[in-house]
Amino acid sequence: MTDFCMPSLGSDMEAGTLVEWNIQPGDEVHRGDIVAVVETVKGAIDVEIFEDGIIETLLVAPGTEIPVGTPLARLRACGEKTEPPSEKPAPEKLKQEEPVPTPGIAPSPGRQRISPFARRRAKELGMDLSTVIGSDPNRAITVFDIEATAKRLKAGLKTDMNAMRAAIAAAMSHSKREIPHYYLSAKVDMEPCMHWLETQNNQREPSERLLPVILIAKAMASVMARFPEFNGYYTSDGFAPSKNIHIGMAISLRGGGLIAPALHDCRNKDLDQLMSEFRDLVERARGGHLRSSEMSDPTITLSSLGERGVEEIMPIIFPPQVAIIGCGTVTEQPWAEGGKLSVRRGATISLAADHRVSDGHRGALFLSALAHQLQNPEKL
Amino acid sequence: MSAREKIHMTRITYREAIREALREALANDPDVFLVGEDVGKYGGCYAVSMGLLEEFGEDRVRDAPLSEAGFTGAGIGAAMGGLRPIVEIMTVNFSLLALDQIMNNAATIRHMSGGQFNIPLVIRMATGAGKQLAAQHSHSLEGWYAHIPGLKVLTPATVEDARGMLSSALADPDPVLIFENATLYNMEGWLATDAGQVDIERAKVYREGKDISILSYGASFWKSLDAATKLAEQGIDAEVIDLRTLRPLDNETIFSSVRKTHRAVIVDEGWRSGSLSAEIMARLMEFCFYDLDAPVARVCSEEVPIPYPKHLENAAIPQPEKIIAAVHEVLGHD
Repeated sequence: MTDFCMPSLGSDMEAGTLVEWNIQPGDEVHRGDIVAVVETVKGAIDVEIFEDGIIETLLVAPGTEIPVGTPLARLRACGEKTEPPSEKPAPEKLKQEEPVPTPGIAPSPGRQRISPFARRRAKELGMDLSTVIGSDPNRAITVFDIEATAKRLKAGLKTDMNAMRAAIAAAMSHSKREIPHYYLSAKVDMEPCMHWLETQNNQREPSERLLPVILIAKAMASVMARFPEFNGYYTSDGFAPSKNIHIGMAISLRGGGLIAPALHDCRNKDLDQLMSEFRDLVERARGGHLRSSEMSDPTITLSSLGERGVEEIMPIIFPPQVAIIGCGTVTEQPWAEGGKLSVRRGATISLAADHRVSDGHRGALFLSALAHQLQNPEKL
Repeated sequence: MSAREKIHMTRITYREAIREALREALANDPDVFLVGEDVGKYGGCYAVSMGLLEEFGEDRVRDAPLSEAGFTGAGIGAAMGGLRPIVEIMTVNFSLLALDQIMNNAATIRHMSGGQFNIPLVIRMATGAGKQLAAQHSHSLEGWYAHIPGLKVLTPATVEDARGMLSSALADPDPVLIFENATLYNMEGWLATDAGQVDIERAKVYREGKDISILSYGASFWKSLDAATKLAEQGIDAEVIDLRTLRPLDNETIFSSVRKTHRAVIVDEGWRSGSLSAEIMARLMEFCFYDLDAPVARVCSEEVPIPYPKHLENAAIPQPEKIIAAVHEVLGHD
């Protein structure tokens, strides 16, 4: 018998609200099945299960906000016997109901003021105080804010933009406070990519067309194996490189806010597959059906402001990751090469990386390898 | 108040209510006597005992020499001997001359005598600012007395309590101090014709409210009520509590109010440092911490000797405007 627990869908998540179950006791489930929908500050997320088995009991009713790590359902392995119903709740269950501290994100600078009564009320409601914004002049959280949040959650479980703002604020403040960023940028000749894309896209239906950002993601994945110090997580135990390359694709949401879900396993997928998965990801990010693994898995992030006309981005690392690639707009520009001046399409690609893990020299090599990779799009 | 209710009520001043209480006590119990400076021929420095000398004679209404320690000590001796003395001290500032008697004798003799002697003594005195009597006649030191085990400290704010607390105090086997705010003597109020003893252990919720508890006593209670009325016009529903008894404090009423409203402002004409308001805050911290939705605030007297000029005197002590501002702050209004 194992517990299926509230997953951490990112290091800044402390709790989520169970919106609905897609399963019932007795259902057989398999690894990867979407078993529940959980509302977080980043919207509704489809939560996958990671074990095969049969659902024994559902421990939490929809509408409840639950700390990360709390058991949501009990799972019985196929063939395992049904557990006899016990009269008393198991003592260890009570223990597990204590919120599990999430590694990575420290409290925001200056302790959040929370009135004792608000704290107590939030506990009664099982509410995650990090999702509540204080409305009094000192930004202190009072019971008014708790009740307002509870009402909102009850009314429609709509993502609270304030809460998402607060989550972004917490993650970015943490990043800027803890991570010694260094920044490098390079002007990259995008003419080969753009030319190749135009040729490709001319033969494709609009829905099948490739975007430059996919080429960059794929190029990142291709060179990543040579630069493991940019791909992984930095925690209290130090840096742990990741074998897989899951690129967090920064997607801005309509109505504000930002989310960077993982485009899984970029190295082993071709451009077409990545493009179709990216389209799906954007759609689901904006429609609120991201999967739990997409939220928690990114090992490096790519932020492209390609359509917004910016020349260069100096991006902020999303902890516990250690690097982020930014891509400015592809524009025509005067290009000096081999003693000649021509007009080519180029873009400034930048890297922000964690100096605790890597140095500028390696960063420069990484960026240069990436630029080089983009000169041969047909090989991607 | 309806016309029918008024039939059983009379309009009376705070001063008259105390005089009625004194008259009743003197008439009902031959062991009761009143002693103090100018209580007899002059009729009391605030004219409270006017006419009582003529009515009850010099044995029962005794003018004392200008020695607070002397006549307070005499009162203690008389109480030990079985009488029921009522000692009047002109103002709380002067009571400091009798502090040794009050603290070292009245409050301790039951304990020191192993319970052989109790001191059924009542001491009345005027307290508070607002009558331009300057820094030696205007302070609010009742909070000091509320520090002392062995004493009870009463602060009647209403005509009902002015009328009823004396009788309850006389019935108590131990020393009871009654603090009469000098600005209240001329205040009129409705009093039941059959008014008598009142409870002296409980605070009273005078105005129920849900947004904030205003805890006060004496003249500050009326200012708090005034503030609450104005706050109501702004949509703020304040609960106003008259503490009535400062020692022992009625924890139950205070706590249940704060547990309901989750916010509190304490209004105390004493100075803020080491004051009764500080004691109430400490208790709220000890017992109501998890019910508080905002820091508790205080409106106290400025930490200066009470000034003589009217405008400075007014500025030095709690006023409805200050209470309203404190409530706004606690409620988090900009």
